[in-house]
Amino acid sequence: MISETFAFGDSPIHRMDPRLRVAMAIFFSIVTAVSNRFPAVCLALFMACGLLGLARLPLRPVLNRLFLVNGLVFFIWLVMPWTYQGTPLFTLGPLVIAEEGVRLCALITIKSNAIILALIALTATMPVATLGHALHHLRVPGKLVHLLLMTYRYIFVIETEYQQLMRAARIRCFKPGTNLHTYKTFAYLVGMLFVRAAARGERVHQAMICRGFNGKFICLHDFSFRQTDRAWAAAMGIGLIGLGVLEWTPII
Amino acid sequence: MDADYLVIDIENIALSYPDGRSVLSEVSFQLPEGARAGLIGPNGSGKTTLFHLIMGLVPPTRGSIRLFGRQMQTEKDFRRARKKIGLVFQNADDQLFSPTVIEDVAFGPLNLGASPAQAREIAQETLEQLNLSGFEDRIAYRLSGGEKKLVALATVLAMDPEVLLMDEPTTGLDEATRERIIDVLNGLDKTLLITSHEYDFLARTTKDIYKMKNGRLSPAGDAALLHPHYRAHAAGDVPHKHG
Repeated sequence: MISETFAFGDSPIHRMDPRLRVAMAIFFSIVTAVSNRFPAVCLALFMACGLLGLARLPLRPVLNRLFLVNGLVFFIWLVMPWTYQGTPLFTLGPLVIAEEGVRLCALITIKSNAIILALIALTATMPVATLGHALHHLRVPGKLVHLLLMTYRYIFVIETEYQQLMRAARIRCFKPGTNLHTYKTFAYLVGMLFVRAAARGERVHQAMICRGFNGKFICLHDFSFRQTDRAWAAAMGIGLIGLGVLEWTPII
Repeated sequence: MDADYLVIDIENIALSYPDGRSVLSEVSFQLPEGARAGLIGPNGSGKTTLFHLIMGLVPPTRGSIRLFGRQMQTEKDFRRARKKIGLVFQNADDQLFSPTVIEDVAFGPLNLGASPAQAREIAQETLEQLNLSGFEDRIAYRLSGGEKKLVALATVLAMDPEVLLMDEPTTGLDEATRERIIDVLNGLDKTLLITSHEYDFLARTTKDIYKMKNGRLSPAGDAALLHPHYRAHAAGDVPHKHG
């Protein structure tokens, strides 16, 4: 269900302190998202590609993910250029294509690709469990972190239960169609999943209480911030400043 | 060690659902320190409920529970007692909630106040003790059923409880894992209380067997004596040869 395609590998990025990667991914995304000038967003895209190269990830799954994002972007291209009021670039039958609209579409395309590439390179390169612990060390509230980790842990159990219910229906010749019987069956199925999930939640909580849980999670993991991490932090810090300079000073 | 010191002392406990249906009725049960007791009974006979009562997960309708000589009344009493009683749940998926094995095994020690480094060490030792070295960073949901069961046992043993309760430990296990669990249990120097619906398993791990039926508990006798009777009975209606 969650395959963690990129989580395991041996690259400078994979060896980097996860806290640094998460923090950098957040800062990079924010700076890129608020940028509005082409030199800045182009540098961002260039940096993201650089990070991706450093992470040495398999190309095909990366392209698959990009395809998903750009599917959404495609619809923006379909609508925005002729609905935006501005300087006409050219006319297409009854439609007037505005220069500002095209510009905005291009900006959105570059920005979203830069951000998604950076997120793949920096955060998808660690297992979800590590991501949770990194967030914990970055002072994200414990409840949110454990919500993430527990969801990750039990989503597989819930999927197995779903498959079980589905198999139970199928061996009795259930074939989904567009009819009331199908809707009713799926409603029962989903309802049953909720009931089971709630019952499981209760049992997991009881098991935790039996092991001395009193509402406070203690983190087992410690990360080490090494010399190379310091160098990476400096390099990425400079990169971010570069983005800021291109965006907010009239240098180009 | 005081031979008569009762770690679990339950008197006239009753539990019924809000609708009046009775789960347990007038159950009394004493477990002396160092005892190894088995609880046998069909599904739905109240075995799991009895364990949940002992752990303070559900309050009884009537009756008294004394653990380690102390009357249990509030959640605080139970919280103290839980440090010394470990319960292995029937379904390992309920017990293992952490993403990785080492985190789950270290969860109990951390709650008992160990430092992360100590907890990690305890967890590693416990895994080694159960021949599970190398499982530290395995992802909990990707383990097989048998491995999950052993890890679930490790999560409880890591807390070094004086009393170990196990709820149907052999459900859904293959022969090899069953043998491993029997070996582990027989190597433990702890007070044991195990529920099962298999005489065979209880006979090999415990000494005294109690019968649970329709919410009532009664001593069934010495495990070693019950065992041959059960065997003869089970094979009695088919032609067989003793070799």
